[in-house]
Amino acid sequence: MKVSYFPGCTLKTKAKVLDYYARKCAEVLGVTLEEIENWQCCGGVFTTSTDEVATKLSSVRALMNAKSKNQPLVSVCSACHNVLKQTNAQVKNVADFDRAVNNYIAPDEYHGETEVIHYLELLRDKIGFDKIKEKVVNPLTGRKIAAYYGCLLLRPGKVLAMDDVENPTIMEDFIRALGAEPVIYSFRNECCGGYIALESKQLAKEKSNRVIENAKGKGAEEIVTACPLCKYNLEKNGCADIPVVYLTELLAEALGVKE
Amino acid sequence: MENKNNVCKEIIRRSGVNPRKCMKCGKCSGTCPAYDEMEYHPHQFVSMVETGNIEPLLNSKSIYRCLTCFACVDRCPRGVEPAKIIEAVRLTVVREQGKNHLKPDQIPELLDDDLPQQAIVSAFRKYTK
Ligand code: SF4
Ligand code: SF4
Repeated sequence: MKVSYFPGCTLKTKAKVLDYYARKCAEVLGVTLEEIENWQCCGGVFTTSTDEVATKLSSVRALMNAKSKNQPLVSVCSACHNVLKQTNAQVKNVADFDRAVNNYIAPDEYHGETEVIHYLELLRDKIGFDKIKEKVVNPLTGRKIAAYYGCLLLRPGKVLAMDDVENPTIMEDFIRALGAEPVIYSFRNECCGGYIALESKQLAKEKSNRVIENAKGKGAEEIVTACPLCKYNLEKNGCADIPVVYLTELLAEALGVKE
Repeated sequence: MENKNNVCKEIIRRSGVNPRKCMKCGKCSGTCPAYDEMEYHPHQFVSMVETGNIEPLLNSKSIYRCLTCFACVDRCPRGVEPAKIIEAVRLTVVREQGKNHLKPDQIPELLDDDLPQQAIVSAFRKYTK
């Protein structure tokens, strides 16, 4: 299976390991991640206002590229995925926005046709967690792992439509498929502070700490995330004293391809 | 700036939110992770835009405190989507000439070795135009 792939700026720099193992594991699972040519930064966070057009065109161009190849568009960074999916939905559902976008990209046309999926959805829906389980050579038996969804992976639920926004299971099922034990805790879908780290360190610290304390309180020995900014906040502002790892690192470990 | 009624109309149009759907339950503010650092809270944004009391919002640091976590969007029982109103108010301010909240020359002192690029581009997206 071949899919289009949007890595994003952070996966080319501070989060190289998230990208590296995403590709490596996909190969093991029989999927080729075909990187979009000349992709440009998604902007990191979606602007909901429908009269904000130019800053969303980089996403539109990536979506158009995937459409031209008739492939779903996959990203592994929660933030890229969120921006791509929300931009796609806005083109599809808001007539004024669609018109403005198409004025910029003429003579091409785009109306939200591309299927945008997160790497986790690729694993669950296109490959199947049961298939992944079969490929596990190094089960993570006995490890207590807390899934940290944060905000961007799930919300807004109406648009992201990946899982139940308040009671998600996709990451826990993923953890189970790798042979580990998921830890359920209430702050798994609460914000780490995100980009507020630049504006108010204090707020990022408080938000991250309550996530870590809550996960640890429920017995977590490590935390798994898909988002480089979540990882940064938990580790740097929240002073996590348990490992915070990327989901692709865990997967690589279980599939026996972690270096 | 245009008169305040027009500003409010523009904010409502741009956000796509109908503030009159709000039943003032306060759930959005109750769930907001930035609550403690806000002078005006999500439910107040909704009602102040509805009543045209816009000046205090335009001048408040609260517009830079929203984390775009979409918790209020998903948890509002009336589907009001307060974050969209806050965004629309902030855009009204930062789109004005010279009103960027974050300037490129502030960046070097905010950097550390681990800060992901994502944080910087997100902050620029939210705080500048
Ligand atoms: S949660 Fe919704 S209905 Fe309740 S106060 Fe906030 S905007 Fe209004
Ligand atoms: S989106 Fe903004 S206003 Fe809404 S809950 Fe999150 S931080 Fe608060």
